[in-house]
Amino acid sequence: MKIAVCVKHVPEGAARIDPTSKRLDRSGEGGLNHFDANAVEEALRLKADSDAEVVVVSMGPARAADSVRKALAMGADRALLISDEGVAGSDLVGTSAVLAAALEREAADLVLFGQQASDADGAVLWAAVAERLRRPVVSQAMELSLADGSLRVKRQTEFGYDVIEAPLPAVVAVSDAINEPRYPSLKGIMGAKKKPSETLSLADLGLDAAAVGEAGAKTEVLALGSPPPRGDSRTIEGDGNAAQAILDFLAEKRLV
Amino acid sequence: MSLLVFLEHHGNELQKGSLGVLAKAATLGDPDVAAVLLGGGVRALASEAGTFGAGKVYVAEDDALEPPLPQARVDVLATVVREGGYGTVLFANSVLAADVAAGLSARLEAGLNWDLVDVALQDGTLVGKRPALQDSVSVDVGWRSEPRLALFRAGAFDAVATGGGEPEIEELSVELEEHSRGARVVEQQLEDTSGPSIEDADVIVAGGRGLGAPESFALAEELARALGGAVGATRAVVDAGWYPYSAQIGQTGKTVSPKLYVALGISGAIQHKVGMQSSNVIVAINKDANAPIFEFSDLGVVGDVHEIVPKLTALLEQRRG
Ligand SMILES: Cc1cc2nc3c(=O)[nH]c(=O)nc-3n(C[C@H](O)[C@H](O)[C@H](O)COP(=O)(O)OP(=O)(O)OC[C@H]3O[C@@H](n4cnc5c(N)ncnc54)[C@H](O)[C@@H]3O)c2cc1C
Ligand SMILES: Nc1ncnc2c1ncn2[C@@H]1O[C@H](COP(=O)(O)O)[C@@H](O)[C@H]1O
Repeated sequence: MKIAVCVKHVPEGAARIDPTSKRLDRSGEGGLNHFDANAVEEALRLKADSDAEVVVVSMGPARAADSVRKALAMGADRALLISDEGVAGSDLVGTSAVLAAALEREAADLVLFGQQASDADGAVLWAAVAERLRRPVVSQAMELSLADGSLRVKRQTEFGYDVIEAPLPAVVAVSDAINEPRYPSLKGIMGAKKKPSETLSLADLGLDAAAVGEAGAKTEVLALGSPPPRGDSRTIEGDGNAAQAILDFLAEKRLV
Repeated sequence: MSLLVFLEHHGNELQKGSLGVLAKAATLGDPDVAAVLLGGGVRALASEAGTFGAGKVYVAEDDALEPPLPQARVDVLATVVREGGYGTVLFANSVLAADVAAGLSARLEAGLNWDLVDVALQDGTLVGKRPALQDSVSVDVGWRSEPRLALFRAGAFDAVATGGGEPEIEELSVELEEHSRGARVVEQQLEDTSGPSIEDADVIVAGGRGLGAPESFALAEELARALGGAVGATRAVVDAGWYPYSAQIGQTGKTVSPKLYVALGISGAIQHKVGMQSSNVIVAINKDANAPIFEFSDLGVVGDVHEIVPKLTALLEQRRG
């Protein structure tokens, strides 16, 4: 049994779009997309039950290795980072092509995704990757179990809850309510450095650089507008007087 | 520019969000906006689509399209887009539609812009409007090739009837890929939406994961009582079983616009925001000074809900005497 987990390295703190390249500025500090910690955690939980191998897969700049290492420190066994000048500026079409090519090589029984990338808020990538892998896909999983070569997911929709079953191999995107991700232990952090970690280029995956990255993108950012006006919003530090301050504010707004 | 709109239905009702997108599409200058309706019994819904601007409605009633799963829909849509030569396909965001749109993007190597709140023709070219990075910047987005796929934020457009007439109907034959037959819905628990609704409340106190435990929802309930309001919740706590589904606010839950919205231990994810951003006054208490909720609160309080909320409730009760 092999489980692949797709994780993204995202900017930390206030992200910004570079006005010249019109791309997300990825030069600052970054970390593991916190929604992906839920996917890593779920893989580790399944591993405990089924003795699976857990492989983390990420596409991103060289420093995405930090996020990959965090997933290894949590307990994943092995990592695959696709890092190449040519992938910068990839949109959904490009990103899904790159990840699908890497996942094709891994031939995992189960591919897990997080609920959304906190920088892009797409919450869509899994469906594009599953389409390329030609595998069943289930998203928004709040409960996941495996038995007899198939999976069972409970998920929320606009109308209530659905229970969905699908044969493996398959792709599942988990919601952030599925578990509480663990923090890496000191031992895990030390051990992560020794775990196998491979970095691949587009050429290694047999992909044409013209089809992905900025060159292959089918969408584009045309213009950046100024941020919408913020109104008269205030923020206060919650010291001993916070409750009184809130009451005063509500009274001022004639809400009490 | 030929436009195709993916319509979603539940039971025998067309979903408002997708009708809103259809009505918007009808204003973009294409005289023959088409719509696609897939699932059991959809033929009966086709004429309603006409009144929201569809000149033509493709329908497929195959059993495989009965469960609300995306992949069979990708198969059908791909054929319609190819054979009908559609240049643009529009979707209203939902759990189902997002997966359909992304699957179609990979199938057709077509660009998808998501989270759009508007779309317009500029010099004959389609331009999407998208608030990005926690809505801190507004971005104009475009497509470099056809077909263009657009996924609109929940509630982007009102579903206003355009006064169109009876649409032409085309029945589709359905041929599915192997991988589209894999997933099956084995159980559906439909939630009752009748009964008193938080949508009408003037004050809502909503709780998130920052409350720490299901018992702590008592804090939200007591504050709501003191303010004469109702209690709401985020998806994270609803899915964790801390609070009922009927109280969920956001993209998959309710859309509310009370006079006062108090957010307790809520991060302010975009899918929550779309359900409450039109509240008159928003007060948020969160211990993380960088939480996105502070970007759209009128009063942000950086602090611990367990300390502040009981005091606030007590003050309100004192005041009332
Ligand atoms: C397709 C889709 C649909 C969705 N639909 C919805 C929807 O309808 N509604 C919805 O809400 N979400 C929805 N979501 C989920 C959404 O993205 C977020 O995951 C969710 O809203 C987070 O809930 P939360 O704020 O309770 O939890 P978290 O994001 O975990 O935030 C908890 C917050 O509490 C703060 N906190 C912790 N302890 C304390 C304390 N002691 N005092 C004060 N603050 C504290 C933390 O700083 C943090 O900011 C959807 C997601 C997807 C992908
Ligand atoms: N560059 C990436 N590399 C690996 N996985 C990714 C990448 N971008 C997004 N993902 C995965 O796709 C999920 C949804 O991302 P998105 O659709 O971009 O919001 C994330 O939670 C990750 O699991």
